[in-house]
This record gives sequence, C-alpha cells and structure tokens, in this order.
Amino acid sequence: MLSKLVNKEDLPNKIKLWDGMTILVAGFLGNGTPERLIDFLLESEVKNLKIIVNDTSYPGKGVARLIEAHRVKNLVTTHIGTNPETQKQFNNQELNIEFSPQGTLLERIRAGGSGLGGILTPVGIGTPVEEGKQKIIVNEKEYILELPLTGDLSILKARKADRFGNLLYYGTSCNFNPVMSLSGKTVIAQVDEIVEVGELDPNLIATPGILVDYIIQTGK
Amino acid sequence: MDIREFIARRVAKEFKDGDVINVGIGIPLMSTRFISPDITVHVHSENGIIRMGESPELLGLPIDPDITDAGGNPKTILPGGSFFDSLLSFALIRGGHLDTTVLGALQVDEEGNLANWIIPGKLVPGIGGAMDLAVGSNRVIVAMEHTAKGNPKILKQCTLPLTARKKVNLIITEMGVFEITSEGMTLTEISSEVTVKDIQECTEANFSVSPNLKIMEV
Repeated sequence: MLSKLVNKEDLPNKIKLWDGMTILVAGFLGNGTPERLIDFLLESEVKNLKIIVNDTSYPGKGVARLIEAHRVKNLVTTHIGTNPETQKQFNNQELNIEFSPQGTLLERIRAGGSGLGGILTPVGIGTPVEEGKQKIIVNEKEYILELPLTGDLSILKARKADRFGNLLYYGTSCNFNPVMSLSGKTVIAQVDEIVEVGELDPNLIATPGILVDYIIQTGK
Repeated sequence: MDIREFIARRVAKEFKDGDVINVGIGIPLMSTRFISPDITVHVHSENGIIRMGESPELLGLPIDPDITDAGGNPKTILPGGSFFDSLLSFALIRGGHLDTTVLGALQVDEEGNLANWIIPGKLVPGIGGAMDLAVGSNRVIVAMEHTAKGNPKILKQCTLPLTARKKVNLIITEMGVFEITSEGMTLTEISSEVTVKDIQECTEANFSVSPNLKIMEV
C-alpha cells in the first residue's frame, strides 16, 4: 500500500499552491491547526488566498500568521475578536470577510464535501446574516438557504495516523478537522504520531484514509 | 460582593439537576463555579466537549493543550464526558439538545431580541457560536451588568444588528431578574439594594412588575 507520508522538503513538489486559491484551515482558536503546514504556506510566495476557517486565532498562532504576513485577501469565518490584526485589515478594506454563524459554516463545508446543494437553517433569521439570501418556508417555519463551500486544499491536524492516512484526533483539537477532510480537492494532515497500516483499530478511526492525500509528521 | 460575582451566583440558581448547559465567556462562565453541589449539570462547550471540568491549574493537574474551552483556555473533562467534532457539537446546539444557554449581551430588548456580535464601525468581534446557541437552545438567559457606562442595555428595541430574534427568556443583572414572554417583560426579582424606580430609571424597555416580586437571593 502506498505510503502518504511526505517530508517537509517534498511538500513544494507534492502540494501545488497558487495565488488566489481557496484553503480550508482546521482549528478552533489555533487548537487543532497544523502549524507546520502554515509554515509551508508562509515559506512559499503564495498570496491573495481565500481562507475558510472558524476564527483567526490569537496573534502569532495558526491562521493569524497568514494574516499578519498579508497573504489573505478573502476570509470566510465566524469570529475575528481575538485578533486585532484581522480587525485592522478588515477596517482598512485590505481583507474581505464573509461572516457565517459557526454551525452554518460547518454545514456549508459538509454540504460542499458531501454532494448537497445547500442547507436550510433557522440560524440568522432576522439578522444581517439573512441579507441577500433565499429564504424557504418548510412546515410553516422560515429557513435560510445557505450554499455549499469547498476548497482547493484542506490542511488538517491529527494526533495519530497510519501510513494510509487514517486519522485519529484527540480532545477538543478534533473540531473542524473531520468535516474539512471532505471538502478540499487535496487534503493534507499534520500528524503527531504515525504508525504502520493495520496498527490502528478500525473502529476508532475518525477520518478514513481515502479522504487524505498526504500526511506529514509534526516536527520532522 | 463584586457585581459580576453576584450576577453569576444568581445565574447558577437557574440550573436544574441533569441540565445540559452552554455558557459564554465572562459572567456566564463564572456562574458554573457556583452550581450547587447537590445537582449534576453537564457543561457543553461548542468546540467539542460535554462534561467540561474546571481548569487544570485550579485542580493541580498538568495542562493538556488539546483540551480547551471555547476561549482556548486549558480545561479538563469529567468522568462520563466525551469529545466530538464541531459538526456534532452544533447539531447538539441547533437540534434542541441543550437545556439552557447563558450569554452576555450588548443590548437586549423587551421582545427578547438579542444583539451581541457587532457594533458597526467600532467593534467587529464576530458571530462565533452565538447565533446557533441563541436560536437552538431550549432556554436562553442573558447575564450582564444592567447598564454600560450608565447607558441602558435593556431597550424597547435593539438598535444594533441582531444575533437572534425573540429568543431571550430571562435577563439577570445586578439589579433584578426579568422574564420575557410573548406578553412582554416582567420584573420577577429585585436586588435588596435598589427600588423599582431605580430600575425604571436605567431601563429603557417597558416592563411590568410581578405581583409576586421577590428579593433576589444568591
């Protein structure tokens, strides 16, 4: 079975990056975000990125580092309150932001990766979130039609993997990782520990390896 | 007693044995420290944990950077708890599996409308999980200081962009407790340190006073 493990040095040959591409970044306030893969993006020249991420983390952590380096042009996110630099670039109109409620963002990513044309949610009715969106009444209740999201690349963080790319997560660092494994054309995970195929209990695998194209080991 | 602790202690009395709750940062989170030891309350955090425990520092335990609350602070998990991904976490929230959510507010009004995510042109923290929590939870409690620098936060109608429409059931401040129903807003409890007139003076919203008005106890 082909090993999906790549070295840091191989990354530029394996993962194609281009200006304006869309990247899904897993994590919640940086927890569960693959910092080594953020390094990889920063070491490249890539810019004007569209990033889909729950939040822009704290200064110096996770996606915040891409924003501080002015690599991001468009952001789909739920929250920027923990990052003054994001707010600054947003107020300067250097950065475009589409705010999505968190549950809606998750379901849009799931829809994008699972063949659905959108989702209906009551969240956002009566708020600025509904502006410009189609509303649909089902059983006398009003819902917003929210459209699917996909990306060119998903970058994930997992605790443990086998060489086939089966992933196990740990604690609250799981968060957006499983759903984002569905919705990137290319999916790469940074993993703390890598074992041989067959060593992981198939009952406990959270993300099946068929969804994962590459894995890289933390710190190596 | 500190005003914020007073509010947090009163919030804690709203929780019932077996409740699944979610608490926002600030006073709502503080309320979990004052839950009666006679009841079991399951704390959910939207980043993917149920039965979240205290911070490891308080318990003298080592910090695990992969177990955090929704503010990114280290936490612990209690026996019987579980971790899950964000999709399931928000299915729990929207699907009516949370008994009570406690949130802070920038503004709340007499119809139960809530505004707590943006001040256009000034502050753009964002939505996070607040809209899902306000819409999906079976009961929504706003816990906050009664005014902001002397200006009313409990209004006839919110002027800031809304987080959710007609979803707030209860408001708890240092001055009193208000219930909101389709009939309007009712003062049900009052702090021993203020009068109804004091409350009226720093509340823009119209409210009635319950015939069974009680002194607020914490």
